[in-house]
Amino acid sequence: MSRTLSAPVTVAFDYTRSVGPVLGRFLTGLRDATFVGARTSDGRVVVPPPEFDPVTHAATTDFVDLPDTGTVTSWTWVSEPVAGQPFDRPFAFALVTLDGADAPFLHAVDVTSPEQISTGMRVRARWAAERSGQMTDVVFEPADAPDTDAPARATADDPVTGIVTPVHLDYTYAASPEESAFFRGLAEGRILGQRCPTCQKVYVPPRPACPTDGVPTVEEVELSDTGTVTTFCIVNVPFLGQKIAPPYVSAYILLDGADIALQHLILDIPVEEIRMGLRVKAVWKPREEWGTTIENISHFAPTGDPDAAYETYQHHL
Amino acid sequence: MAKMPAAVIGVGQTHHRAKREDVSMAGLCREAMDRALADAGMTLDEIDAIVVGKAPDLFEGVMMPELYLAEALGAAGKPLLRVHTAGSVGGSTAIVASSLVQSGVHRKVLTVAFEKQSESNAMWALSVPVPFVMPVHAGAGGYFAPHVRSYIRRSGAPTHIGAIVAAKDRTNALDNPYAHLREEKTVDAVLASQMLWDPIRYEETCPSSDGACALVIAAEDVAAASPNPAWIHGTVMRSEPTTAAERDQVNPQAGRDAAAALWKQAGITNPIEEIDAAEIYVPFSWFEPMWLENLGFAAEGAGWKLTEAGETARGGRIPVNCSGGVLSSNPIGASGMLRFGEAALQVRGAAGDHQVDGARRALGHAYGGGSQFFSMWVVGADKPTN
Repeated sequence: MSRTLSAPVTVAFDYTRSVGPVLGRFLTGLRDATFVGARTSDGRVVVPPPEFDPVTHAATTDFVDLPDTGTVTSWTWVSEPVAGQPFDRPFAFALVTLDGADAPFLHAVDVTSPEQISTGMRVRARWAAERSGQMTDVVFEPADAPDTDAPARATADDPVTGIVTPVHLDYTYAASPEESAFFRGLAEGRILGQRCPTCQKVYVPPRPACPTDGVPTVEEVELSDTGTVTTFCIVNVPFLGQKIAPPYVSAYILLDGADIALQHLILDIPVEEIRMGLRVKAVWKPREEWGTTIENISHFAPTGDPDAAYETYQHHL
Repeated sequence: MAKMPAAVIGVGQTHHRAKREDVSMAGLCREAMDRALADAGMTLDEIDAIVVGKAPDLFEGVMMPELYLAEALGAAGKPLLRVHTAGSVGGSTAIVASSLVQSGVHRKVLTVAFEKQSESNAMWALSVPVPFVMPVHAGAGGYFAPHVRSYIRRSGAPTHIGAIVAAKDRTNALDNPYAHLREEKTVDAVLASQMLWDPIRYEETCPSSDGACALVIAAEDVAAASPNPAWIHGTVMRSEPTTAAERDQVNPQAGRDAAAALWKQAGITNPIEEIDAAEIYVPFSWFEPMWLENLGFAAEGAGWKLTEAGETARGGRIPVNCSGGVLSSNPIGASGMLRFGEAALQVRGAAGDHQVDGARRALGHAYGGGSQFFSMWVVGADKPTN
């Protein structure tokens, strides 16, 4: 058994990127099947256009339409494409200098083996039939490839002002060894903390080191599943990615024997009756549903005991 | 070791909005930078170094945006530093920039901080679920609301104090042409708004904004040519763990220590009498009384009394957030620098319609993370004597 627990985490969002007037001009060009570059103050033609002039720092305003043809300045072979790349089989990424431009830009070239591409090779753009104003509207192909029907250059009145950039990151989250012991304890219905040898505070969940003293907290302490609500908030606001339907009470619960409160849900009591000092007890899910997670505890519910005296928890507020 | 004198000679900011779809991130930064440079009577070519700050990269989904921004920010051929300390970053970034001048390394430093919140969703970005733990997290409001409840319990403050702050700051923003939310608000209107994270109401929360702020910080000889430099009298940053047993999240140690060190540096013994205007990072209304105490403007438990008595309004003993503050504009990464910049505008007599008459010394303050990062400065109309 591994010393630590791990689990997948996905962070994904479709970012809405506003591109500004200069990159907007370039992307509008892509949508209309035209490369738009810019002339910089030193007389060079650069594509995509820089938003601000590298010498004068002024906003770029001198735009230049460029042809569909160019030359490979350098290239690299992508033997194992990953999701989201222009092709799902091996291809080349190349620095292509368009005819009339003074600097290359990076894009994909549609060749199926590294023998089919070389520095100095002539390439031409192949525009997608459906274009929305993104880099994926175009790829390059060898200039001697059979001609495909070039889509008519189109112009629309509405400029491209933004793009959607989907970001998708897959992580493996690894709990620390101390947290892993805590989560494994939960799988047996136990709540395990650790005591700092210096300040004697009991941490739950335990962590590799006491954040105050910086020393390992090695002494294991089994905690009660009853405790006191210190403070809390009632979440009424829905948001993207939310796992629990609002409204719900997110409470800090100071388990008996612990010196730091744990965050969990309070249920089985009208929301307006939840208060500081309320004594609560863990309500465990049916054992067959348990895993190595604090979600084995469905929520906390009132014990029915009198409230804890303020003095017993005020230093946790 | 003594620091060399340094001053803010240029302040620039964007018109903050929910969505600045007319500009890219680079364009947003340049809007603030170009205004700061114009204010300083300087061009980008004269700048020695650039220091950029913003909050978590997940907000825009661009990892290390300073890499792609370098050219647009005019940093080619110059040192470019990026700073990150969560919500306090705008303040920390200004302090890093000033330290480059105060140490004598550079004479003219431009610093810019930004956030383009419209590119994603801060609630989502701050609530990414972590495996094995209870998914009760609900953005910054969900994080801070329990601690606001703790403050109310500890101080015995009446429950409408937060609404007084929100009504004041929103109404103050009417005098700030750059503010995002510019609307007259009454205490009753705030109290009538929806409870989002009980005890925090909708109108007691900051907006999500797109915006940037930039400062030009100059050495003594350069600043001498400025008609109205804001001299830096003290800068302090302090940190502490987010979670520790019995950690005080209402009145954090790092904030108290930072304030004590700041007043000492600035030669201030009685902050409420000696500071003429304060720009304090108040993203949720209740943090005004909380930070008044943490900063030493009021005794512990007494901050709300200043708020209730109107002493934090313009014309009060300690005017707080005459610009409208974070409650009226919140481009997170820039919010701290806006506090620092607004403090500079006050002592330069350049705050326009939200000027505090005769302000000579002002506080800029920011905090971030789970109230774990603090950054603050005092600026003054007079050159420091210490």
